Amino acid sequence: MRYILALLVLLMGGFSTPSTVNAQQPLKLTITDGVIEPLPFAVPTFQAETPNAAQFATDIARVVAEDLTGTGLFREIGADAFISTISSFGAPIQYPDWRAINAQALINGAVSADANGNLVLKFRLYDVFSGAELGSGLQFAGTAQGWRRMAHKVADEVYNRITGEDKYFDSRVVFVSETGPKADRAKRLAVMDYDGANLQYLTDSSAIVLAPRFSPTRDRVLYTSYESGFPRIYVLDVANVGQRALDVPDGTMSFAPRFSPDGQRVVFSLTTGGNTDIYTLDIASGQRTRLTDTPAIETAPSYSPDGTRIVFESDRSGTQQLYVMPAGGGEATRISFGSGRYGTPVWSPRGDLVAFTKQSKGRFHIGVMRLDGSEERLLTASFLDEGPTWAPNGRVIMFTRETQGANGAPALYSVDISGRNLRKLRTETAASDPSWSPLQK
Amino acid sequence: MSTVTKSIAILALLVTTACTNPDRFADGSGLGSGEINNGGGLSDPNAINQSNLDPSSPQYFNQTVGNRVLFAVDQSTVSAEGAAVLDGQASWLAQNPSYIAVIEGHADEQGTREYNLALGARRSNAVREYLVSKGVADNRMRTLTYGKERPLEACSTEACYSKNRRAVTIISASGLS
Repeated sequence: MRYILALLVLLMGGFSTPSTVNAQQPLKLTITDGVIEPLPFAVPTFQAETPNAAQFATDIARVVAEDLTGTGLFREIGADAFISTISSFGAPIQYPDWRAINAQALINGAVSADANGNLVLKFRLYDVFSGAELGSGLQFAGTAQGWRRMAHKVADEVYNRITGEDKYFDSRVVFVSETGPKADRAKRLAVMDYDGANLQYLTDSSAIVLAPRFSPTRDRVLYTSYESGFPRIYVLDVANVGQRALDVPDGTMSFAPRFSPDGQRVVFSLTTGGNTDIYTLDIASGQRTRLTDTPAIETAPSYSPDGTRIVFESDRSGTQQLYVMPAGGGEATRISFGSGRYGTPVWSPRGDLVAFTKQSKGRFHIGVMRLDGSEERLLTASFLDEGPTWAPNGRVIMFTRETQGANGAPALYSVDISGRNLRKLRTETAASDPSWSPLQK
Repeated sequence: MSTVTKSIAILALLVTTACTNPDRFADGSGLGSGEINNGGGLSDPNAINQSNLDPSSPQYFNQTVGNRVLFAVDQSTVSAEGAAVLDGQASWLAQNPSYIAVIEGHADEQGTREYNLALGARRSNAVREYLVSKGVADNRMRTLTYGKERPLEACSTEACYSKNRRAVTIISASGLS
């Protein structure tokens, strides 16, 4: 335990300032490895600048608050504590009234809607104890249907300005929706906002589908389907739900696909004669390249963000372990050396860490380590945790947690890379195999 | 649809029995002995008198020859018990040349999804190679992995896991007579 803590300090060593805020320092929440006291904020219901925008003004402010509190880094001060109200978007802020209730950040917004249902959202963020605006006011325009995205964009701005971390709320998750008994589960691809809203099914449940993966531009999804009777990789166009199978040799099985960072290649596992190796496929030309050639199981490949290397799992040592090789194949370097088995490595979007599934002493863990295998940290533990995926900013990991027993079922969870803030996502069915999209534009 | 529902209900019952009575197969004769047929559906073990089965029927293959072999944790080596079952499968396939086989490999839930797919592929291929060694033509067989996607038994103890680590030989008429 002490060892793990020491690694934590090393990893986060770059951040040493305390996570407190006072009048002498601008509003700043630094995410450290220690216990963080969530930063108190107030988000009064946004101003409705046209009568038909009233509901949006209320709902958008709620989503902003949920995004921020959902990080575990912020705490909302409820409206019943407010001393001041804000009468209009441009009205002067009564800082003493917000200081009195210890609201360190104040989010003010206004929404207007035109006759066609298009929305304009304005917002400002105030550093209450400095008595000044933090950053500039911003305005977003969009359709009424897109109101949640506008809320996520506001929350992303607030999160980014206060923590200095990259944004991630305006993102989606593609996953597998599961229904039915454990021995005959029906599985469908589905996509939703990162917080579970705006659920949309992408396939029916006529064939088993597994492990969807977003393309870097979020417009396509790779997944494995048993539509042909055998596991095979398909690529699906999110906009029109059209799909086609990737070209693989007859008599083979293919699975575990991921896009290259440029979206032009797929790295995946191909099984022939019982042996599973890693290949790439150039989507435009159809040219296939074999990257590994051993009798071992080699699977779960994931590109580095710069596209030059691939992390994957292999049991060539006798148990599942993590390896890194050049993107074109070649000598692989083992990076995992702890006790237990390591699988499903995923390179972080920042490039600094790999997330993985670890099995040790009958338990499953989601963990992270550096690419040289150092600073391993286990973030979770349960009967069955697996399949991590990174938030676009590399700070949060989503994964599958399955409960045990004949009535066991999977659900999606997220956890901060500090190991804090474990949360179960709300999904309407059991759910597995999440893949977090890059930030939307 | 009602058949499916009924099958699920019976399966749930069997699973419950399996989980609460780990000694159900303690006599060692349970392997492929007819409680559960190959298609994932169920047959009433009391409904069929095995001695009356046509030896060239798929039912005979599934229930009397045995369509299933089991594997140790993480292993894809055919055991002595498994080899005995596969010897019977090879003989049956030799006597019934109009049948082809798809060999399904399965894993228990104690593993990651991708690894278990690859492990199931190893198991189905081990069965295929064994059958080829016993004279079954390679082009009569195809292998398939389900990884941990289709457990036979749903509980989360070794009593169920040991039955889920399996390869199942699914025979069907080739259509080439």
